[in-house]
Amino acid sequence: MNTSLLRRLSLSLAAPALAAAFALLVSSLVLTLSGSSWLDTYSEMISTASKLESMVDILNRATPLYIAGVAVAIGFKMNLFNIGVEGQYVLASFIAAWVGSQFNLWGPIHVALILFVAVTVGGLWAGLAGLLKVTRGVNEVISTIMLNFIATGGIIAALLPLAIDDPTDPNQGTPLIAESGWMPNLNGLLEIFTRDIIKGRQLGGMFVIAILLGIGYNIVVNRSRFGFDLRASGMNPFAARAGGVPPKKMVLIAMTASGAMAGLIGMTEILSVNHSYDQGFVQGLGFAGIAVALLGRNSAPGMAAAALLFAFLDTSSAPLQVTGTASPEIVVIMQATILLAAVIAYEVVNRIKQSDEVRRAALATEAVGPGEPEAMSGPDAMSGPDAMSGPDAMSGEVTA
Amino acid sequence: MTDTLQDTSKLPIATQSVAERWKALPNWARWALMAAIGVLILTIVQSLSGTELLTTPNASSGMLRWAMPILLAGLGGLFSERVGVVNIGLEGMMILGTWCGALGAFEFGPWGGLICGLIGGALGGLLHAIATVQFGVDHIISGVAINILAPGLARFLSDRFFPQRGGSISQSPRVDGLGTFTVPGLSELFEKIDGWGIFFLSDVAGLLEGLVTDIRYFTLFGLLLVPASAWLLFRTRLGLRMRICGENPKAGESLGVNIYFHKYLGVVVSGAFAGLAGAFIVIELTGLYRGGQTNGRGFIALAALIFGNWRASGVMVGAMLFGYPFAISLNDFDETGSGVATRALLLVVAIGLAGYAVFTYRKGATKRSAATQVAAVIGKSAANDQSFMKSPTGSYMSGVAALGGPNVLLATVLASITFLWYLLTDRAADWVPNTMPYALVLVVLVFASQSLKAPAADGQPYRRGEA
Repeated sequence: MNTSLLRRLSLSLAAPALAAAFALLVSSLVLTLSGSSWLDTYSEMISTASKLESMVDILNRATPLYIAGVAVAIGFKMNLFNIGVEGQYVLASFIAAWVGSQFNLWGPIHVALILFVAVTVGGLWAGLAGLLKVTRGVNEVISTIMLNFIATGGIIAALLPLAIDDPTDPNQGTPLIAESGWMPNLNGLLEIFTRDIIKGRQLGGMFVIAILLGIGYNIVVNRSRFGFDLRASGMNPFAARAGGVPPKKMVLIAMTASGAMAGLIGMTEILSVNHSYDQGFVQGLGFAGIAVALLGRNSAPGMAAAALLFAFLDTSSAPLQVTGTASPEIVVIMQATILLAAVIAYEVVNRIKQSDEVRRAALATEAVGPGEPEAMSGPDAMSGPDAMSGPDAMSGEVTA
Repeated sequence: MTDTLQDTSKLPIATQSVAERWKALPNWARWALMAAIGVLILTIVQSLSGTELLTTPNASSGMLRWAMPILLAGLGGLFSERVGVVNIGLEGMMILGTWCGALGAFEFGPWGGLICGLIGGALGGLLHAIATVQFGVDHIISGVAINILAPGLARFLSDRFFPQRGGSISQSPRVDGLGTFTVPGLSELFEKIDGWGIFFLSDVAGLLEGLVTDIRYFTLFGLLLVPASAWLLFRTRLGLRMRICGENPKAGESLGVNIYFHKYLGVVVSGAFAGLAGAFIVIELTGLYRGGQTNGRGFIALAALIFGNWRASGVMVGAMLFGYPFAISLNDFDETGSGVATRALLLVVAIGLAGYAVFTYRKGATKRSAATQVAAVIGKSAANDQSFMKSPTGSYMSGVAALGGPNVLLATVLASITFLWYLLTDRAADWVPNTMPYALVLVVLVFASQSLKAPAADGQPYRRGEA
């Protein structure tokens, strides 16, 4: 048994390692083919990242990526694909920034109000997709994609002109939020570790919130009754229903929770960086969040690592352009290759684990008493393709 | 007892219900009638709203042009989902198609662009097939990964290939289109009738004129692919084998069908179609490759596929429905501003929703009266189940049923809102045409999700030898 545990452990670690190696290989190949030196490129990326100010940049970039990953993962946990995180966070950020700019309150209340509005808007927008799913059977993938377009091309396009105070301002957006609604930065915390003054960089306060969210997510999903219901519904909705978990209610709650979390993605930008929503508001974090959730296998530490990796790649893209070492787009190719390689590697490892499982079960039943075919098909059926291959392929837990 | 229940087929024509007579019509007549009713509604709405843009040749030719990328990508989705693989990566494959199409068109002319775009998309499809068919990766996950990969790859390659050809990292040099042709005789005839200004007749002629004048060869090619796809999938042995992969791969396997091969084929063809869609955008719509120019059309194509109930003709109707408002909004300007014609479309939507409500209500009424007849014959009414009818659910349900069911209620409410919106505005804001197609898809799905039928094994993993 011990050797099989070791085998399982090494298999789990093999997948990300293989994916990373493969991605490095592909990127090196692409770099060489396009006439850049892969060695120079990688050393440039690493030397950039080892600077203190880049580290702050990476953490600031990783924060929303991580929150986006958690938002997507909540859906994944019960086999819901919330592809609308993108629209949910952009809409939530816009409304929160607008509402926040209309008030001048005592600091913590002001910040809390903005966060509350963002969470509510995100939750409602995603909840709409959940509602359509449970009442009308509309697939959430399609409905959230449509809601993405309606949010950005419709609602924001319709409301943004109303929110603009000064039509002559070149950067058209919501009015600036009063300083009471700015989230304090964490530079004081950084100074514990280093006395170096960071060149104009600030570690955003959302960093702490992201960490707390991660811990909360981990506890709720893995250690609570609700989390159990959630995972059970995801793995086998029929069994969960038989066990007294109302499937429609779970869909609604999971979608709404996912959207509420999505509402927080843009808060780094609203509370710590721009303090307003304008045309140049950061886009694409929702789709990046899907990648983070997939890479991190929906686990809080895994997604943290994935968010840091993606943030590292994102921040190293600009210096590549400045020094002319390589095309900055190489980092996007790296991200996508890592993602594709990782999901394939996870799947392969999963299959090996499954066949291990079958073999082990066969051995075990042989030891108890010979030849009962039903007993053999038991564990196989449990970890069969239907349970295993959803977006949440963590189902190794069931058999572990 | 039996003579109280009449056999409707023996009734004289006059007493047959509209629905029965509708069903008796041949397919082509139903299509033609539906199109005529649609144009009639457009004509009435247009005269009520003070615009003439809804039935101009520009409206129909624009519809065709803007529908084409969605149609091609939607056919791609059809091939993929018919072999049981959900292809959310259509958008990414389309981007590969735009890039390869631009390079091919610049190097080898427009036909080269078409072929290169096709190949570029097919490569994306191959990647999707390897991930989903070979390795069993979740289809949506693989598709999302391709959607992330494709724009980055296209930008990276643009940086390498386009600057020395007169483009830049974000766009290619200009390329030529495939050319156009006009149906001689018909075009002039329709133009003449359009000029007479007769109600309805001239409007029909105006729309037809747009369809036979300056047709792009690429558009014609794309339109021909609709019956070709339908024929291949539903009338040939190969198509049957492909479809069994999407319906019941294990049964297919037991019959000796090579499931992996047919799945690969379907997904690669799907990518090729998406690539064609991309090439169309580059060659015929914009004349160059530009980053982000696909603008979510891959996703709309998926919606058109679902709207079209996983059939080639349905995909075409869906694509046209998306293309039409867009074509209208592009020409929707007059001396005083924009949005008059788009506002008129709101009335069309309201009429459509109201029509749906009435239709569903009447259908429900027929069913209800049939049910009471049957109940009377049997002598026991379902409504006599007092304990159920007194419960909150029961009374709610009977209340809803009296209104004709939730669909009727919802459609009526939506129709009223749209109608009020139409009444209370003079022109539609510029975001309305951009949002309308997406909202329409949602509305259609809300009403039709339960009656649409995806291939039975669509999106499900399959492994050889697991049956």
